[in-house]
Amino acid sequence: MPLIQSQVVETHGWLSMNEFINLITIAEMTPGPIGVNAASFVGTRIAGMGGAIIATFACILPSCFIVSLLAYIYGRYKQVSALQNILACLRPAIVALIASAGFSILGTVVFNGNHIQLSSVDWIGIGTFIVAFIVLRKWKWNPILVMSLCGVVGLGLNLLMGGIPK
Amino acid sequence: MELEKDIELQSDIGEKEVETHKRTDAKKEHRGKLLITLFLNTLYISTFTFGGGFVIITFMKRKFVDDLKWINEQEMLDMSALAQSSPGAIAVNAAILIGWKICGFPGMIVAVIGTILPPMVILAVLSFFYTAFAGNGYVALLLKGMQAGVAAVILDVVWGLGGNVIKERSKLSIIIMLTGFVAAFVFDINVIYIILAASMIGICKAILPRRQGVKS
Repeated sequence: MPLIQSQVVETHGWLSMNEFINLITIAEMTPGPIGVNAASFVGTRIAGMGGAIIATFACILPSCFIVSLLAYIYGRYKQVSALQNILACLRPAIVALIASAGFSILGTVVFNGNHIQLSSVDWIGIGTFIVAFIVLRKWKWNPILVMSLCGVVGLGLNLLMGGIPK
Repeated sequence: MELEKDIELQSDIGEKEVETHKRTDAKKEHRGKLLITLFLNTLYISTFTFGGGFVIITFMKRKFVDDLKWINEQEMLDMSALAQSSPGAIAVNAAILIGWKICGFPGMIVAVIGTILPPMVILAVLSFFYTAFAGNGYVALLLKGMQAGVAAVILDVVWGLGGNVIKERSKLSIIIMLTGFVAAFVFDINVIYIILAASMIGICKAILPRRQGVKS
């Protein structure tokens, strides 16, 4: 992110700092990886649809090369015992990282991004989370359906409780 | 007689050729179907996945491991490790790896396009009226509600994965998992260091028993 900022805002002057902050908000709010989102946004602003396509492809091309190389190595040497050992140690670490990502999202849901104190607890958020978790674990609902329902339920409940947002 | 036999043989060969043709056709058709399924699934996952790279990995795990059974859980975790340690977006890297694994080079292209198309289109459209979108209270509430769902989806997948790690009853794996979690979540240590540390443990584990073997 800081890298994108220095290139786009400072070196080339394609966006103002304000526009850049908006870009971050949108990139985080919409689906897709932030790097790709930022590239399409900046590309469109500067050169329309063509700009978006070129910026996105330029953004993923280097990783395409590197990752295919890694994929090749992985496929070739997967059976080698040294690599097996490393992968065996990496797997629990990856589980830990996914868990950490999940809990930090849960943290922003519960505390609304505020300090950790009882008064800033978002009960609607906790409620939807618990129901969603149970539904996923017990009945194996489609995760995308669960997510969309959570959005609608959260919006509905918040409107009922707090009225129309500013 | 000889001639007849020859002819018979030739027609045999001819039939076999036709058969192999049919088989390659069937293979091609199968491959085509596979590519289409791959494309539609990456497109679908990418359209609805809000948030960072680990979110999309949990969705991919649900789809490709649990539903389609194209890859197993271990491979998915290996791929996540590779995707995380390479430069670039995790989602794109993971798509490259899965596409490659399932259908080779064409699979890779298809999976990557499926993954980047939705955000590209959405962002291109949004960049024209982004202030209206970003400042809209309804949208903000909707997205906030969806975050609760995202957290539930991730933790549901974590529940399964973590359970499997514990079932293995390897003390080392459990210790790595717990310290990794504390390091990432409580101390906010950069992901790269955690991955490096886990790899170092793996390397040590690979070297140590061999030395002991030489000694004895």
